[in-house]
Amino acid sequence: MAPGRLSPGGGMGLMDAESIQPILFWILAGVTGGCAIAVVLAQNIVRCAVWLLLTLGGTSGIFFLLGADFVGAAQLLIYVGGTLVLVVFGVMLTAQGPFITMKIGPAEWAVATTVGLLLYAVLAASLWTWQAGPPNERMDDSHHSLSSTVLGEALLNVDKATPRSNLAGMPDSAQARPRKQMGYLLPFEIVSVHLLVVLIGAAYLARAKRRRGVAI
Amino acid sequence: MIADISLNHYLLLGALLFVCGAVSMATKRNAIGVLIGVELVLNAANINFVALARFARDAQGNPVFEVEGQIFALFIIVLAAAEAAIALAIVLNFYNNHMTVDVDTAEELKG
Repeated sequence: MAPGRLSPGGGMGLMDAESIQPILFWILAGVTGGCAIAVVLAQNIVRCAVWLLLTLGGTSGIFFLLGADFVGAAQLLIYVGGTLVLVVFGVMLTAQGPFITMKIGPAEWAVATTVGLLLYAVLAASLWTWQAGPPNERMDDSHHSLSSTVLGEALLNVDKATPRSNLAGMPDSAQARPRKQMGYLLPFEIVSVHLLVVLIGAAYLARAKRRRGVAI
Repeated sequence: MIADISLNHYLLLGALLFVCGAVSMATKRNAIGVLIGVELVLNAANINFVALARFARDAQGNPVFEVEGQIFALFIIVLAAAEAAIALAIVLNFYNNHMTVDVDTAEELKG
């Protein structure tokens, strides 16, 4: 047996990856879903932001569980570290007196709960009859897993990273128009310039106000 | 109870986040609460993208879109950061001008 490998059923507390994955999923899904429901139910805007923090953290755990290591790390860095700090700053700058807890009436709660449950019922019913295939085990293998290198190659349109293939249920490529092989470099550049423009615009919008008489 | 985790489990989790975000957008009176709802909806889309990147297969059973799903999720994360920045700037501007963040009072453009 290779050293450093867990023998199946060897020890009391030792579990292989197959059996611990559902447990991890239920824990992470419980944290994520429960905190998302708490975001809706929380009346205090500060607590709302804290529940959102836990939801985003649980989502990044789901990404790690799905084998998307880089996306999970980016979620932690950008979302939890960046976007949520922005939200918390917004809360702190505007949370004064009556704006911390703004309640809505019981009739509005009733309507919102009914609509939410109906929407979830529709979404769940649409998934009910659909049988999904097994997961892609190739991504569990550390040699073939999607590292940030592969993601970068896909941005640069390296052919190995984005192979041609047909989606199930779609017509064959013989009948369909051949897809132009195209990387994601142009969307990447557009997104980066978009981010720059947005940040300049945000800084302009949120700048310190001049007094009325001095302006213009 | 603990069976194999299939794609449907992840999609149901994404649907739960989407519904929570939509209800949060509709019920919060604080503008930042609405923004938090938008973040939840974008996260639901991200979960669906990454889950389908792992589970999607073509007619022959070969895995497809394993790169595309993750790249689109990265784009969504970046765009969500941009959206949060610009929305918070607008909220702060509104707060400076009207001394409130209640979205029900922002009715100057109402026809």
